[in-house]
Amino acid sequence: MRIATIRRFSLGVYLAGALGVGANACAPTGKSSATTGGLLAGDAASRTYVPPGSYDEYYAFLSGGFSGQVTVYGLPSGRLFKQIPVFSQFPQTGYGYDEDSKSMLTTTFGQIPWDDSHHTEMSLTDGVPDGRWLFINGNNTPRIARIDLKRFETEEILQIPNAAGGHASPFATPDTKYVVSATRFSVPIPQNDVPITSYKQNFKGTISFVKADEPGKMDVAFQIMMPGYDYDLGHAGKGPSDGWFFFTTYNSEEANTKLEVNASQADKDYIAAINYKRAEECVAGGKGRKFGGSYVHNYVDPATRIARTETKTGVTMLYPADCDGLVYYLPTPKSPHGVDIDPTGEYIVAGGKLATVIPVHSYTKMVKAIANKQFEKTIDGIPVLKYDAVVAGEVKNPGLGPLHTEFDGKGNAYTSMFISSEVVKWKLGTWEVLDRIPVYYSVGHIMIPGGDGRKPWGKYLLALDKITKDRYLPTGPEGSRSAQLIDISGDKMKMLLDFPTMGEPHYAQAVPASLLQAGSVKFQKLAENKNPNVTASEAAGGITRTGKRIDIKMIAIRSHFAPDNLEGVELGDTVYFHVTNIEQDWNIAHGFAVFGANNSGVTLPPGETRTVRWVPQATGIYPFYCTDFCSALHQEMQGYVRVSAPALHVPLSANISKVAQTQSGRMPKEHGEK
Amino acid sequence: METQLGAGYLETASAPAPVVGGPAVGRDVSGVLMPGISRGLTAIASLLLVGLFLVPLWRVQLVAPQYPEGLGMRIGINYITGATPTDLRNINGLNHYVGMKHITPDAIPELRYMPWIVGGLILCGLTAAIVGRRKALTIWLGAFLLAGVAGLVDFWRWEYDYGHNIDFEHAIIKIPGMNYQPPLLGVKQLLNFTAVSWPDVGAWIALAAFGIGALALVIAIRTRVSSGSDASSR
Repeated sequence: MRIATIRRFSLGVYLAGALGVGANACAPTGKSSATTGGLLAGDAASRTYVPPGSYDEYYAFLSGGFSGQVTVYGLPSGRLFKQIPVFSQFPQTGYGYDEDSKSMLTTTFGQIPWDDSHHTEMSLTDGVPDGRWLFINGNNTPRIARIDLKRFETEEILQIPNAAGGHASPFATPDTKYVVSATRFSVPIPQNDVPITSYKQNFKGTISFVKADEPGKMDVAFQIMMPGYDYDLGHAGKGPSDGWFFFTTYNSEEANTKLEVNASQADKDYIAAINYKRAEECVAGGKGRKFGGSYVHNYVDPATRIARTETKTGVTMLYPADCDGLVYYLPTPKSPHGVDIDPTGEYIVAGGKLATVIPVHSYTKMVKAIANKQFEKTIDGIPVLKYDAVVAGEVKNPGLGPLHTEFDGKGNAYTSMFISSEVVKWKLGTWEVLDRIPVYYSVGHIMIPGGDGRKPWGKYLLALDKITKDRYLPTGPEGSRSAQLIDISGDKMKMLLDFPTMGEPHYAQAVPASLLQAGSVKFQKLAENKNPNVTASEAAGGITRTGKRIDIKMIAIRSHFAPDNLEGVELGDTVYFHVTNIEQDWNIAHGFAVFGANNSGVTLPPGETRTVRWVPQATGIYPFYCTDFCSALHQEMQGYVRVSAPALHVPLSANISKVAQTQSGRMPKEHGEK
Repeated sequence: METQLGAGYLETASAPAPVVGGPAVGRDVSGVLMPGISRGLTAIASLLLVGLFLVPLWRVQLVAPQYPEGLGMRIGINYITGATPTDLRNINGLNHYVGMKHITPDAIPELRYMPWIVGGLILCGLTAAIVGRRKALTIWLGAFLLAGVAGLVDFWRWEYDYGHNIDFEHAIIKIPGMNYQPPLLGVKQLLNFTAVSWPDVGAWIALAAFGIGALALVIAIRTRVSSGSDASSR
């Protein structure tokens, strides 16, 4: 009886699906509403359901791609928690607009309010993500950012000199001593005005090793001058291969136009294996050359929380010909994209995006081939090893367009197939394909929490897709990208969840929530706020004039600003509002915006000070208000600035509101408050 | 109130001391010596009160929809603090909406007297243990009881004032007939906050000390000890 009912129901769903397809040719989702990858929808729901008020198992950090930012999601629910502004101005918080953070976006080209962020990489200890920092690269104007994972805020951005297209970045060594950046676009280095057709003579690539293990002190340790190929992705060795770094290259044809054809000619391109311990020896031995190149380093001053900028000049450049044993090329079929090292550190897996196999090199064989000098040829001082001497095996018929591989720590590898739009599970060592699951659509990176490290948490896999099409309700020509959560705990992969992403999620990192949850900062302690423009108490605000510059110091607390009536500003002045949220309470934020300001409003996290610059354009009365619904009387949280004609000689005045006065008389002094 | 009590008690407590020096024999209760166990228990009860200098007496917890983690107050013999370093500040910040006074520990005189009263109780209890007279213990227990009851009454009065003395001129939210007096013991709804008031470790220590003192007295009453045998037992 019961079975019959279910059958009838299933049949109904099937018919509805079929009718749906009939009525609308591009709606193949009808069938997937009943089942998802062999798993009953109800089961998948229970696997991803995080009840209201409960927490997710993992934090996931997704690259925002052309949004320039990072997004923080919970897994397995797929809930979006936060967008962390990194390379792009973010009017939601005022990042990159306010006087405190705008310097973070400084480069040698001036302030660049955007970048194309690509790969998230968590800091590592002993090859395992440790939850201290998240690094992400800017591809367009090569930069590497460090995000502090106690505050989930960008605290440092280093520009990479002598580079263009910082794509193979910011992958870390197992101890986070270095993060790297390699040029996706070769250019003349140093930059030079030459005919583009002189590519083969003049264009070069560089690989940069950036010192990364000290917050606020990121710097280029050394660079390696490489042949003018496109350096695509990289990963550090680990375990036995610790001390090596592997980068894929394509366009070894050195084409400068119509690369889609001209850079796809050769049967094999290369994986560059770099012995960075050897590089350290050569640098220490004085084999590096002093090389020019200006670059900017921006960091948040830990005391004032204001971004500082310093310009640096010159790097140490290593040439492979000067430092033997520094670089070897491993021939790898066809324009390889990803290069991923398995948890044991033995296998070097390449995603030859045009190849019909997944080639896997052996670290042991590579070392042996180097010892036996099994070289095919030498390019610019770089020996090319023989393919047969280094290859460990090939995964046959894996699918079409292999890009990236991650590992579950149980001897299995998972490779994304861009063209056949699937994730393929295969076995390390035997190279046999074990399972495959379709993803929606054209998957780029995939991510297993810790899946590029030494000890993966091999329970989930997240597929990060490039095309979404019909997966969600349509939203016009521009839709979101998507991610699918796949259960990899059993023999068969099971689709659990499908959710939209912000920008393009090139790569992601995820760690168990317990690694970050307890350390998350709840508010800035007011006593530790060393911003020079802090206003620590109700009565301490005011207005001052220095020539044509007006400084207004005020506090924000539920539900008023103090002072909230300001006069004496003259047309032609530049006004700086220094607003301090003196709340000392978790998640009690205020906001600040003034009518007619040509930049962004700001959010004011508890205990923090933000400075907004405003150049009034006309005389009159300008309201300002709290932009973040902070309390029952949020709508009352407002004030006025009067802008006068200079001839009127209106004296400077800043009131402290009646409420504020009353409260300042009644408020007990906090420890450390004057 | 406690000051008078404390001072009065101190005089009374010091009074029996000269009596000890004299030949204390006879039916005079003040002269009845306590057995060793009672004196030991009295000493333990007195010394337990040292704990009041270390742990809070009372706790008030405030929970609201927006404060699932709660805001807390800890009341000790010489301080009122938040459960976290910022709770008191936040309680004061919220109270301004309804026109309540800020809790300013410096302005609460009881917090200055209480350590002396507790200190006096400890010293006098120890004195009673050394002197060993039943009457001294009786007086000590009486004073202890009075101090405790007076303390609770005073705390209730302070809470009453705190909840009723509203600055209606500057209050933002005015609710006729509403007072914000937190409960002395138990649970009470104050607008969106559920206030829970409960003895903290210190109060339980004080109760235990009183119980031990009372036990000492009961044992002393049930045991007949002559001054001679007491001397020989030493």
